[in-house]
Parts: sequence; C-alpha cells; structure tokens
Amino acid sequence: MSDQSATALEGLQGASADFAADKQSFSVPWGKAMMWIFLLSDTFIFSCFLTGYMHVRYTTTEKWPNPSEVFALDIGNTPVPLLLIAIMTMVLITSSGTMAMAVNFGYRRDRTKTALLMFATAALGLSFVGMQAFEWTKLIVHEGVRPWGNPMGAPQFGSVFFMITGFHGLHVSCGVIYLSIVAKRVLTGFYDRKGTYETVEVAGLYWHFVDLVWVFIFAFFYLW
Amino acid sequence: MAHASANQPASSTGHAPAAVAGHGEGVQHPIRIYLWIWLLLFVFSTASYFTDFLDKGIFRWALIVMLMLLKAGFIVAIFMHMAWERLALKLAILIPPLALLVLIALMAIEGDYTFVTRLAAFVHVQ
Repeated sequence: MSDQSATALEGLQGASADFAADKQSFSVPWGKAMMWIFLLSDTFIFSCFLTGYMHVRYTTTEKWPNPSEVFALDIGNTPVPLLLIAIMTMVLITSSGTMAMAVNFGYRRDRTKTALLMFATAALGLSFVGMQAFEWTKLIVHEGVRPWGNPMGAPQFGSVFFMITGFHGLHVSCGVIYLSIVAKRVLTGFYDRKGTYETVEVAGLYWHFVDLVWVFIFAFFYLW
Repeated sequence: MAHASANQPASSTGHAPAAVAGHGEGVQHPIRIYLWIWLLLFVFSTASYFTDFLDKGIFRWALIVMLMLLKAGFIVAIFMHMAWERLALKLAILIPPLALLVLIALMAIEGDYTFVTRLAAFVHVQ
C-alpha cells in the first residue's frame, strides 16, 4: 500500500505527505476521524455558549449572583461553597479514568474488564446527571431561579445556567446511553466477531470530551 | 514513541480494519499511566476548587485558567490519545479552535462597549 511510505515520515513532512499524497489523509479508522471532527464542531457550539455567557456577564449592569454562594450546600448549619459541584467534578473525572482504562482493556481484547469498566463509566455518568437534576430542582424550586430572572441579581444568570449546564447534561445523558449500548455489545462479543475494538475507543473519545467541556464550565461558570 | 512498542497487528483477525487501522489500533500503554493522569486530574481539580476561597483578582483568575488548561491538556493528550496521533490529525483538530480566540476578543470588545453604552443610557434617564 502507498500508505506505508507516507506513514513512515514523521513531523511536518509527514503531515504534508498525509494531506498531499494520493491517499486518505488520516491514518486512523474512519469512525475515529469522524468522531474527532464531530467533537471539533461540538467544541464550537460550547465555545459559542461560553462566549455568549462572557458577553452577557460583561454587558449586564446588575450584580452577577455569586456562584460560590448560590451553589453552596448546607452541612449541618454551615454552608460549604460549591460542594455539590466539586463532587460532580470528581465523579466525572473518575468516569473519564474508568473509560480510559476500558479503552485500554479493549485493545487487549479483555471482554469482561472492558464491559465492566464501561458500565462503571455509564453508572458514574448517570450519578452525575442525578446530581445535576438535584441541583436544578434546588435552584428552580427553592431559590426561584428562572431563565428570565432570579432573586439574586442579573436575570441573565438563569438563562446562561440552564442553557449551558442543560446542554452539557444532555451530552452526558446521550453518552450514558451510547456507552451502555457499546458495553453490551462488548459483552456479547460483537467486537470480537467484527475483529476490532475501535468502537470502544471512539465512544471513549466522546466521553472524554464531555469531561473536557465540564472542565471549562467549572472554571468559567462556577469559579469565575 | 516510547509507548507504542506493544503495537501488535491484531493477529487474531484477518479483517480489513486491522490493515487500515494498523497505526491507531493496538497502541497499548500500561494501565498505570491512566492512574497517574487520573490522580493528577484529581489534584488539579481539588486545587481549582480551593481557588474559590481566594479573593477575586488577577491571581485567582490566573490560577483558575492555568489549572483549567492543564486539566484540558492532559485529558486531550493522554485520555484522548492525541499525543500518539500523527501530526496531520493533530493539526486538523487543534488549529481550527484557535479561530475562537478572535470571537472571544471581538465579543469582549463589543461587550465592553455595550456595557458603557448602557451605563451612559441609565445615567441619562435618572
């Protein structure tokens, strides 16, 4: 295959050969390349949301509610700032760790461990969504936050919060379903028959991206 | 690539995917790499949580952004295996988001202008 000679080159020369030679540009399975391109488009969506958030926070003349107070949880009688958000962050990072190991065991063709780690990842994702549902309930029912206003300050706070965390939560929920389906197929030996476990890696890319987006939401929305 | 040594050509299968994949498929790393990165992400997350107890200011914001970029970098490079991909894929995925810096800069400038305009308008009304 002509693929061989081009992939032998490394660095910038290799990149220009990959793009210019009469062959496919990315020497990865097509599913992986397409997932990366999908994630690139998703990067733009979330970046537009976060930029929009930056813009409304810049332009509002009212006080922006202090997230470390809004998202505090009472332990006993002392409010601990951002406690639930910190736990959610840890849960998502842990799920990313289990997913990375699932991909690794997939390439070792260890069916049981791959499936178990993927189910663990999905379970952690589900608990993340559960905590988010709790957080939304707390904000809507007890604090009176609405997309058009809230008692704490700038009305844009609610719309930005529901849009960004809602869209992220939707991604997590889809990821839980996606991972469960792939994990079930791992367990039934579908990928052994197919001859490749690359689908596990592709699903892993999606899941790590969900974690990646949360890193930015955590920094800009909750900590800023 | 130090870690790509275990690049086995998926011998159990004679399928086309193995031939096409050749490069990406079968890149194996010891599990401890993932455990280390996991631990590192925990440490960074804990640290960024504790920035919440600092006073708002340049130092806190710098710390938040630095920890955020470190976490994002490790997730993309190690967990998403970007560090072991060929340069062509790296460039195709990592260069386009730089356009967002232009959007962010423009919106910051415009946002500042809107804010000042609003302030002026509200002062005028009162």
